[in-house]
Amino acid sequence: MRHIKSLIITLSLVLLTSTSFASTLDDVKARGVLKCGSNTGLAGFGLPNDAGVWEGIDVDVCRAVAAAVFGDASKVEYVPLTTKVRFTALQSGEIDMLSRNTTWTLQRDVELGLEFVGVNYYDGQGFMVPASIGVSSATELDGASVCIQVGTTTEMNLADYFSANGISYEAVPVETNSEADAAYIAGRCDVYTTDASGLYASRAGYPDPSAHIVLPEIISKEPLGPVVRHGDSAWADIARWSLNAMIIAEEKGITSSNVDEMKNSKDPEVLRLLGVSQVGDTGAGYGQWLGLSDDWAYQIIKQVGNYSESFEKHIGVNTPINIARGLNALYSDGGILYAPPFR
Amino acid sequence: MQINFIRKLIFDEKIRSIVIQTLVIGFFALMVYSISQTTAYNLEKRGIGTGFEFLGMSAGYDISFSMIEFTSKDTHLRAYYVGVINTLLVSVFGIILATILGFLVGIIRLSSNWLFRNVAYVYVEFTRNVPVLLQIILWYSILIHLPKIKQAIQFFEYFYLSNRGLYSPAPIFKEGFSIVTWSFILAVVFSFFLRRYLKNKQNETGRQFPIFYIVSAIIIFTPVIFFYIMGMPLEFEHPVLKGFNFVGGMVIRPEFAGMLLGLSIYTAAFISETVRSGIIAVSKGQREASQALGLKSSLVMRLIIIPQALRVIIPPLTSQFLNLTKNSSLGIAIGYSDLVHGFGGISLNQTGKAIEIMLIVMVTYLIMSLTISLLMNFYNRKVQFKGNA
Repeated sequence: MRHIKSLIITLSLVLLTSTSFASTLDDVKARGVLKCGSNTGLAGFGLPNDAGVWEGIDVDVCRAVAAAVFGDASKVEYVPLTTKVRFTALQSGEIDMLSRNTTWTLQRDVELGLEFVGVNYYDGQGFMVPASIGVSSATELDGASVCIQVGTTTEMNLADYFSANGISYEAVPVETNSEADAAYIAGRCDVYTTDASGLYASRAGYPDPSAHIVLPEIISKEPLGPVVRHGDSAWADIARWSLNAMIIAEEKGITSSNVDEMKNSKDPEVLRLLGVSQVGDTGAGYGQWLGLSDDWAYQIIKQVGNYSESFEKHIGVNTPINIARGLNALYSDGGILYAPPFR
Repeated sequence: MQINFIRKLIFDEKIRSIVIQTLVIGFFALMVYSISQTTAYNLEKRGIGTGFEFLGMSAGYDISFSMIEFTSKDTHLRAYYVGVINTLLVSVFGIILATILGFLVGIIRLSSNWLFRNVAYVYVEFTRNVPVLLQIILWYSILIHLPKIKQAIQFFEYFYLSNRGLYSPAPIFKEGFSIVTWSFILAVVFSFFLRRYLKNKQNETGRQFPIFYIVSAIIIFTPVIFFYIMGMPLEFEHPVLKGFNFVGGMVIRPEFAGMLLGLSIYTAAFISETVRSGIIAVSKGQREASQALGLKSSLVMRLIIIPQALRVIIPPLTSQFLNLTKNSSLGIAIGYSDLVHGFGGISLNQTGKAIEIMLIVMVTYLIMSLTISLLMNFYNRKVQFKGNA
């Protein structure tokens, strides 16, 4: 009898664990580490460095969330995912959030049961060709072989753009960024198309980067951002405001090096952000609304830095990837980066 | 009464087995039911839409390697057809190539020539002990490091080899060619009956006819004669380098060639072992007896050894064919647009319908495999001993 009882309990537990819906924040806290879906390897966005430590602006979003939740940006377990499996991994609960240059679209946001929490890089699809073939515009690509990563929005943009312009092409489908690089370098395709940021990142790793040019046409809007599962708004809020905190910090001039001095700032928004001032007379700061400690944003800025620091460190003009801020500058600097007010 | 029933339940072999089987089936059904319920519940809870409506939606992506017309405006269902055809294409060619190569190597393995025998041995041991995925990737890497398109190697005047494939002239059938095709089909049908007639004649009278030569001559010359009568209704379109690529002609892409080489060379190693074991399984006395009858060694092989060896070879050969077909799903590794890569990969990603699409893909492979099994079993029944042997 006892055996049957324990069997039933085990069985129902097995079924329950697959069906139950505890809050993601509680799960993450209980586990002690944030599981973050990352790119399989895209320089500047998500790639392990020589020491095996993950780096990049997408990775920094994961680190920011870990800093907010644990007060320790290193408590992240990275799960490298291809474009094909990334959404399934998130839907099935294998990861807590996805931060791997993923384009925000209606279908993904709504029909796949996901929640985009913001944009950490405004991108657009471009084309890269060897300088030697003498092409200066994408409209001259009739008859070319095009390497393209499967399962991406770029694949569909390309089909639309080329058919709209009456350009015929041979699609050479590849699975990962590195396979695309190999096929392109070997000359299997004339053109490599993906988000312009990805092209710059790839080019930086080629034997002779100057032998390849990125064509001027940008054929799509690709707002890339972190994603969480739909249905846990509290968790989505944490991810959203972790990213916002980095943007607001840049706006207010708070950096990882001056964050301690900024605690004495006269700007009330800075004081709210850094957890110095309290909400009314509750005796607690603004972290309570998110279920976090009051110094959550302080920890993000201290350990990860503001948006500008992250950008310049990984993909800015002083890195091999060499991308100008462009659209990704603050709205006050001519870009479209804009975070809601912190109050 | 009740005790009697329980005793029967335990000790009556027939009733006991019925009870156990019912329980097992019941438990299995319950498991399937609870899995599907849990899945449906979870999908709904996560707000993920389900259903097969996506099959009618436009795919939005292009597949360049396709036997049928396909553009990004076609539906996911059509992308599925493209995938099925490409999977069948590489599987059928792979099976043919692997069988030919496997039989050759299997026979060479039994050759008395030391060098041939050992080369075949090394080939078998090497290929069957290295994972097929690595072999496919190896072949593909070799193929894409062939000369670039602008430096394509030209041979036989109209053939070009580059890392984008092997370009060859494409035949263009003009009016009247269908008559040539029909004459060929009729010649084959006629030869079939002629062969049967001559065989019967031989069995009755003992007189031998050069059946092979007669039949070959009919099958080859009939269409050739009609070809000339119809005024040679065939032209070739030659590939020409224009802009980025060759235009016109036919092309074998490196993705297809890589898959074909990888799959057939790997599977041929297994087939050769099957063939070798089949030949060895024919008892030595059979060979000696037929030699004693004065048969030529080629006839000994064809009439005595092979028919008996086939009985042993066919069943394991079937498994090899099935393996090859299933391994063709590795096309994804090198970008070959098979069923798993296109429909099972890209469509899955664009629509997010993982469960529906995987279900369709799995059922499709099941049907393909069962069809191969069925055909092979049918053939197997034909080559087995008949009567009360």
